[in-house]
Amino acid sequence: MGRAVHGTIVVPGERLDSKVEGKHPYTLELGGARIATVVGLLSRRDDKHVFINIKGVYVPEVGHVVIGLVESIGATSWHVDINAPYEAILPAQDFLGRPFNPAVDDLARYLRPGDYIKARVTLFDKTRNPILSVQGEGLGRVVNGIVVDISPSKIARVIGKRRSMANMIEEKTGCTLFPTVNGRVHIECPSRELEVIAVMALKIVEAEAHTVGLTERIARFIEEERARRGV
Amino acid sequence: MIDERGLRHDGRRFDELRPIRMQVGVLANATGSALVEYGRTKVLAAVYGPREPFQKFMTLPDRAILRVRYHMAPFSTSERKSPTPSRREVELSKVIREALEDIVLSSEYPRTVIDVFVEVLQADGGTRVAGVTAASLALADAGVPMKGLVAGVAVGKVGGVLVLDVDEVEDSMGEADMPVAGAPDLGLVTLFQLNGVLTEEEVERGFSMAWGAIERIVSMEKEVLRRKFEAVGEEV
Repeated sequence: MGRAVHGTIVVPGERLDSKVEGKHPYTLELGGARIATVVGLLSRRDDKHVFINIKGVYVPEVGHVVIGLVESIGATSWHVDINAPYEAILPAQDFLGRPFNPAVDDLARYLRPGDYIKARVTLFDKTRNPILSVQGEGLGRVVNGIVVDISPSKIARVIGKRRSMANMIEEKTGCTLFPTVNGRVHIECPSRELEVIAVMALKIVEAEAHTVGLTERIARFIEEERARRGV
Repeated sequence: MIDERGLRHDGRRFDELRPIRMQVGVLANATGSALVEYGRTKVLAAVYGPREPFQKFMTLPDRAILRVRYHMAPFSTSERKSPTPSRREVELSKVIREALEDIVLSSEYPRTVIDVFVEVLQADGGTRVAGVTAASLALADAGVPMKGLVAGVAVGKVGGVLVLDVDEVEDSMGEADMPVAGAPDLGLVTLFQLNGVLTEEEVERGFSMAWGAIERIVSMEKEVLRRKFEAVGEEV
């Protein structure tokens, strides 16, 4: 069954009003007209018409905090999948916080393929791969909880206006959520059952991101699931 | 091939398309996917990327590479087709790639590759143009920025009459086959081929028939994409 949509669905090639606000490259000036280049949602927000892409690929920007998955170990760095078209690099000396000697230090002792890290993008300009840093509060290896992958274009909805959606899920499940722009959410929950409910809630948010009344539906879903599972 | 009422072997009028069906998001593991049917012709398209290629030497510093593989499944024809890529498949891969290259904003993702797999599941004529349509939908489903949607259709000449959307029988018995693809929103023709002989006037008339059909097919593509994102409740 379909749900009411928060605005109008726009598809690639469709003309938009010149006053519509939208991010590059999801909107484009072409032959004097403004067009959408991906499937998106045209909606009204605070007296403005905005175009929000429903589909899209995550492209890193300097300053972004991301959750990365360690893919392999290099001679002096780790290769990290940040859910972008470009593989990121985490230099060993940044992670260790001291000069690094490959003859002495074994990188596999610190991070292995399959580990998740929270890191900040410190260098990136599309001509070379993004460089990550874990120096900063809350950054580093993910030790507890799980990481859920969702579409990067839906992360804004997981967070919600003034973090309303994330706060609500945290309040109703007792979990803590750490959503990042690259489409990953780190979840820490008091129990496995609550973790499952939180993941299901996030997957619904991802699938129904552009529909009306989502926060209320998710709240109701979590309450019903908790009652059904007796947690 | 054309009866006394002016109808074709399958009962269509000369300017009638076969029934067209489209679905998007049919493959969970692909970034974007689409299944397109032109009558009995069924084509599946899957898009992966933009992503880093396994062979990094293949990248370009200023844009993404669009890699297209057109392939006919061994079971797609009445007689088994060898799965080895034939000369025709290599050529059609190039033709479909060129039909999409002007539309995709590849400069947004330098040093990456966008893989488009076009797999013909059932062949009954018009596989390359159905492939272009499927690839365009799959790219839109993948969220790859595009200037517009592309669609294709073939016009043929059968029994001296120009006919729209030729099927296998008409293609093999006809005098000419002219596949056309383009993006009506941009007024851009991205594929134009002619196999056989047509007069200048026939080419013009055939092209105008094809373009009208392409506009209709692109409208269907838009409708399918809208429906998918309006009916999200079904995915949970």
